Amino acid sequence: MMDFKDYYDVLGVSKDASADDIKKAYRKLARKHHPDINSGATAEAKFKDVNEAYEVLKDPERRAAYDQLGQEPHHGQGGFRPPPGWDSGFSFSDSGPQSDAGFSDFFETLFRRGGHPAGGMGSAPGADSHGRIEITIEDAYQGATRQLSLRSPVVGPDGTVTLQDRTVSVVIPKGIAQGQHIRLAGQGAPGFGPGPTGDLFLEVTFAAHPIYRPDGKDLHLDLPIAPWEAALGGHVVMPTPGGKVDLRIPKNARTGQKMRLKGRGLPGAPAGDVYATLRIVNPEVETAEARAFFEQMAADLAFDPRAEMGG
Amino acid sequence: MKKTKKRGDIVDALSLPDLCRFCQADEAWVIELVDYGVLEPKGRTVAHWHFVGNNIARAKKARRLTRDLGINVAGIALVLDVMEERDAALRRLAQYEKPGG
Repeated sequence: MMDFKDYYDVLGVSKDASADDIKKAYRKLARKHHPDINSGATAEAKFKDVNEAYEVLKDPERRAAYDQLGQEPHHGQGGFRPPPGWDSGFSFSDSGPQSDAGFSDFFETLFRRGGHPAGGMGSAPGADSHGRIEITIEDAYQGATRQLSLRSPVVGPDGTVTLQDRTVSVVIPKGIAQGQHIRLAGQGAPGFGPGPTGDLFLEVTFAAHPIYRPDGKDLHLDLPIAPWEAALGGHVVMPTPGGKVDLRIPKNARTGQKMRLKGRGLPGAPAGDVYATLRIVNPEVETAEARAFFEQMAADLAFDPRAEMGG
Repeated sequence: MKKTKKRGDIVDALSLPDLCRFCQADEAWVIELVDYGVLEPKGRTVAHWHFVGNNIARAKKARRLTRDLGINVAGIALVLDVMEERDAALRRLAQYEKPGG
């Protein structure tokens, strides 16, 4: 049982759309949702849906077979199960897309065809698999172990394909930066015959962090300071992934001023730095006492923040 | 459900053949990326080239853009430059926006 996928709806075309219309719709959506151009978790899922739909609708044989499956079943009937022999009379020319990740169960069940039965003649190395893994900046700083669920199509002795789930514990090396890849030797697709198994490559992305903005091994953050800390200078305590550290604020510090903490970023040779951008924050005036302080400053300090505007 | 524990290595320096395998691309395509300055390998001759740091991620991104959107190498060079500028601008913009706001 699985969910029926309305591929026409995904591409936003009508059931009688021409091959040309389908191609145009696909190209537009592929640009719009490409995960390298749009960051964000939804872009990747959307892009995959669009590719899956196009993979079926661009191929006249597959499209015809898909059209024969008919309409989405009525609600309450549960999932979708293809009628027996639904694909008789159609031949699919290849074994599906060469994409990084598998498509939906719906696609895999209906359209994926094994290329070579396992244990057949000949020998060839297995293909490498590629995927992404999202980790936190703390994981990258300390190193971590993360569970990864993998689903890979496995070709049986008779050439049929089933999806196999497995879990791999991945040791994340300390100091890895966003965009770097982790290689897991022997975790890709199995080889044919005596051929070796491929590798699995995981591209590392960092989950959005409430404090740090990563840039390679460097980490940037905003550091709020009080007006008197800015005016008088002195030491403040600030966070870094390795723990709290003391930072000396210079006298007459300005908002936007950048302080560098060498070697406090992600570890490595050399380690990255932490950059703190100062931001002066005013206390909210709520008491008569606080109001009196500010009134006194207004009276005593000859300060015109707009002097350079010539106003 | 099978369980395995694997130590991952960071993919750090790749030779030209290794990069081709990694990107599922041919050498001519990688050499063209180098000609356009998209990739900057270390090593003087092609045989000694190795690709380090963000070159590896850039090559893979370039491959996906070619495969998925049909962009040629000149277009990729432009797209990657513009996207890097955009990312830098977004990082700077994030300084002026409160987290989550």
